[in-house]
Amino acid sequence: MHRRAFLTAVAGGTTAALAGCTGGNEEGNADILGETLTLTTTTSTYDTGLLDELNIAFEDRYGVAVRTVAQGTGAALETGRAGDSDVVLVHARSLEDAFLRDGYGVNRRDLMFNDFVVVGPEEDPAGIDGMEDATEAFQAIAETESTFVSRGDNSGTHNKELEIWDEAGVEPDGQWYREAGSGMGEVLNQANQTPGYTLADRGTVISQQSTLDISTRVEGPIEDGPELLANPYGIVAVNPEVHENVNYDLAMSYIGFITSRDGQRIIADYTIEGEQLFFPEALSDDPNFQQYVPEGWTPDEA
Amino acid sequence: MIDLVSSVVPIVDGITPLIIDFPVERTYLESIIYVSLYVSLIAIVLSTLVSLPTAMLIGFSEFPGKGFVVALINTGMGFPSVVVGLVVLFAVSNQGPLGTFDLMFTKEAMIMSQFVLATPVITGVSLAAVSSIEDGVRDAAYAMGGTRLDVALVTIKEARYGIMTAVLAGLGRAISEVGSVLIVGGNIAGADGSSVTRTLTTAIQLEARQGRFELAMLLGVILLTLVLLINAVVLRLGGGRI
Repeated sequence: MHRRAFLTAVAGGTTAALAGCTGGNEEGNADILGETLTLTTTTSTYDTGLLDELNIAFEDRYGVAVRTVAQGTGAALETGRAGDSDVVLVHARSLEDAFLRDGYGVNRRDLMFNDFVVVGPEEDPAGIDGMEDATEAFQAIAETESTFVSRGDNSGTHNKELEIWDEAGVEPDGQWYREAGSGMGEVLNQANQTPGYTLADRGTVISQQSTLDISTRVEGPIEDGPELLANPYGIVAVNPEVHENVNYDLAMSYIGFITSRDGQRIIADYTIEGEQLFFPEALSDDPNFQQYVPEGWTPDEA
Repeated sequence: MIDLVSSVVPIVDGITPLIIDFPVERTYLESIIYVSLYVSLIAIVLSTLVSLPTAMLIGFSEFPGKGFVVALINTGMGFPSVVVGLVVLFAVSNQGPLGTFDLMFTKEAMIMSQFVLATPVITGVSLAAVSSIEDGVRDAAYAMGGTRLDVALVTIKEARYGIMTAVLAGLGRAISEVGSVLIVGGNIAGADGSSVTRTLTTAIQLEARQGRFELAMLLGVILLTLVLLINAVVLRLGGGRI
């Protein structure tokens, strides 16, 4: 948040280094030590423990502190809009695009992906086990009026769920459809106890599977499931021209780091119980230019 | 107390394997206990400094609309903490009136919200305690040539148990509250596992969110023990019989 202090520190350190004073350089770092990056993000990246892993590496390299606020995609972007965070890491492309179009975010990058899975009880009352089409599975759940627990919290997962209902042409309502208004872990627990179906990100399911009786009924694209269940994460810096208090330099350092080969390797190497949770997507010899602009954006719009 | 917890944690590990990756270490526990106490105790001290004089002022004076003011204070005791959190959020947010102070997601913002939550409780209960002191006591103090301050001190002395209860009730409200500190504090812990704005209550909320109910319960027991200890100390200092 203290952009000027950061610049001063960098300038001080550089000048001292140019003057050949080794002590000065340490002094510069000591000033940067006070710098704090505020990251608002979704619960899935935080609760799986991935961000701690990334942040330790980033903090070590830059000598700064990262304050991670795990809020869910909707709230995380809202905090960014208010200028209360420096960088936002979320997973709902349509909401990210609105954030960019409204001018609050700049320099969006694809970061990584995993996928969503439909989990449900062993008895499988809707008979969706092994289905290869998520919309058909949702239609079956609605037709049999099997209990479905929805996040109901405007998170990335909730947005994906609504998208699938929309594609399935079903307006979910009735006793069987329950909006929990809570995080992924709580919803998995509710679905487990009811028991019922829910849409969940693979990472959270893996990390909680040992406590759950419900399990994956419909796989996502990582296990050859439908592309509709893809779950891409993006990272966006808050626009310093809109909120001049944000620590833009540090935000870009952070984005640079976690989309670097080192950062991407940390993501690829992160496993829980031997399973990889997230798949890096930032680097490619054939870059996807759509990652920088809202989907469907053309220069004519400007 | 913390030693006890460390020895229990491996059992919990066996039930919920995620905890292996989660730093439930002494430093982590100590830091969230520290943040809980730091935020709540400062909020309560500030709150008491405002509440006591207010309660005395209202208790000692008669004015039209006094009943309404008392009703307002009593209503304040029931403020939903999430609403208080939102109000403080708007105040300290970059867009809010206090935006320039960079208070978003800090302990200071949490102190502000707990102050708002605890003040009506301490004022209301103190007011009841002060009002219940018989007029005779105050009259006697005046009759013996006491100044307004003397009379106030006598009243506080007479009403001390009630006032202690007020402060403890305020502390209970502050330290056990999760809605507002979650919103304005952000439940932040560093990657190294030390709390920045994570309190016992927000840590409980975090564990419950992830289905680690055993650890959540454990933290709840720590919180209760802590409040019990504080109550014991305060009552003992106040000369109570426990």
